[in-house]
Amino acid sequence: MSASLEEYKGVYVFAQQVDNVLNSIAFELIGKGRDLAEALGTEVTAVLVGSNVKNLADELAEYGADKVIVVDDPELKEYRTEPYAHALASVINKYKPDIFLVGATAIGRDLGPRVSARVHTGLTADCTQLEIGDFPMEPKPGIEQKHNQLLMTRPAFGGNTIATIACPDFRPQMATVRPGVMQKKEKKAGVKANVEEFNPGFTPDNKYVEILEVVKAVSDTVDIMDAKILVSGGRGMGNAENFKMLDDLAEVLGATVSCSRAVVDAGWKPKDLQVGQTGKTVRPNVYFAIGISGAIQHLAGMEESDLIVAINKDETAPIFDVADYGIVGDLNKIIPALTEKLRAELAEKQ
Amino acid sequence: MKVVVCVKQVPDTKGGVKFKPDGTLDRAAMMAIMNPDDKAGLEAALRLKDQYGAEVTVVTMGLPRAEDILLEALAMGADKGILVTDRVLGGADTWATSQTLAGALRNLEYDLIITGRQAIDGDTAQVGPQISEHLNIPVISYAQNLKIEGDSVIVERQFDDRYHVLKAKMPCLITALSELNEPRYMTPGGIFDACKAEITTWGRADLKDVKDSDLGGAGSPTQIAKASDKVRKGVGEKVTLDPGEAVDYIVGKLKERHVV
Repeated sequence: MSASLEEYKGVYVFAQQVDNVLNSIAFELIGKGRDLAEALGTEVTAVLVGSNVKNLADELAEYGADKVIVVDDPELKEYRTEPYAHALASVINKYKPDIFLVGATAIGRDLGPRVSARVHTGLTADCTQLEIGDFPMEPKPGIEQKHNQLLMTRPAFGGNTIATIACPDFRPQMATVRPGVMQKKEKKAGVKANVEEFNPGFTPDNKYVEILEVVKAVSDTVDIMDAKILVSGGRGMGNAENFKMLDDLAEVLGATVSCSRAVVDAGWKPKDLQVGQTGKTVRPNVYFAIGISGAIQHLAGMEESDLIVAINKDETAPIFDVADYGIVGDLNKIIPALTEKLRAELAEKQ
Repeated sequence: MKVVVCVKQVPDTKGGVKFKPDGTLDRAAMMAIMNPDDKAGLEAALRLKDQYGAEVTVVTMGLPRAEDILLEALAMGADKGILVTDRVLGGADTWATSQTLAGALRNLEYDLIITGRQAIDGDTAQVGPQISEHLNIPVISYAQNLKIEGDSVIVERQFDDRYHVLKAKMPCLITALSELNEPRYMTPGGIFDACKAEITTWGRADLKDVKDSDLGGAGSPTQIAKASDKVRKGVGEKVTLDPGEAVDYIVGKLKERHVV
């Protein structure tokens, strides 16, 4: 690489927006970016890419971005791999960030690899933990131990193993970060962004694909990643009709219903309610796992929840290994009674 | 029309995951299979063969025993199998893997390259898009439907709450989701033909326009600092109760934790 590693400075995050609405991952990356920047004594820069998106910059500042680079061009209206990859690669070549974080969303997981290949650096996928440290982590004879490296931790093999990865000889150190894992900082209303506009020029070539149609799925459900309380059902619910019990419980608690993969495979609930490795990662305040055995892929998507309550008739179910409170019993009897009791308790309070 | 499918041999997780005493994955003790997303990609290619008479070549990078999944692909109906194997290619991360495969693909003619979205052992979803970058062709990842129209491919590309119908000029690279289709089984005739078929084996010297410094562990920008079996959070309380007691227990705990 042409520039020396020391020339690369600052923590940059890709501020993903779709239809001019910022994705929550943008704020999560800024939040984590702040911790990393503090450890390195540097700043956090958000990179906002789209068409007529400049008005979103202040919101990024309110969540903690020191600076916002806006790449605004009509070619960037809908997400397409090539113009977005060109935007980010051009930002990297011009500004030389030390660290560049991208959300591990459907967009980020497409964009990240293309950008990292273009600028020739490493990319660690789906990180769940990021910190600054030494590489190698312990001093080894004959190998120079580098300080202030980004140590990127990720699950592999369906969550069975975890690996911590470094990128000691290339910059930027790039990672895609799993949504819902990093914490946003508290929003400071009224903060104005320090904006820098940058347009590297967009000339369509063979790599630009044509968008023939955009089809949006109609959904009136709350995103399970935003829910404070999740009432989640698994195969043990028995059938689709029994989810009515969970709807009732969720209503009393002000919760949202989610499910395991088995439930989606059985056709009882749609895919956007699925928690787990191939679904969504959630970390609500309370997670009720009801009739969920707790396959490792499911645990990977919910075990960071603050409080986990599990009800299952099988006392050997692995869900009990992560539950704060595990009840071995018959959900068909417990859930309706629990709903009634909670309803009575709450009525009493009012 | 020429279609090249990139496939990977991975340990099967269905029979459970086995670990060595040191905590690393015991790959030898687990069944090796063709990665599911890759198999969906192969099926998509074979449908193009059925429909348009496309020639289907399957490429894999791996240990010599990865030949097994090439034979499986031939038995399913693929025309040619190429195994890229060389000691200097070992320990590759996604950058070095994509460089290796791009080096192999430069020897081949292709209108379409299909890879799986991601492999079940690494789950990175990076190699497909990275290959497309090295070959300077467009990529459409997460394909859930695919058809050919003249010199272009039309693909439904899945996002979180929507899908895009995209049109790209070939040559183009597509990454396939296992939801794309239901892969066919091997046929007795296919298995018979596969036994006679010859797998082409390529080593480092056969890779085109690739630098040594981009290959294997030494050419990998990312390095493992630490690998371990996952540490789970501590087990909480587990009680076996009658329904009535269970309700009181849960409500008590929810109050204790200020949920209600």
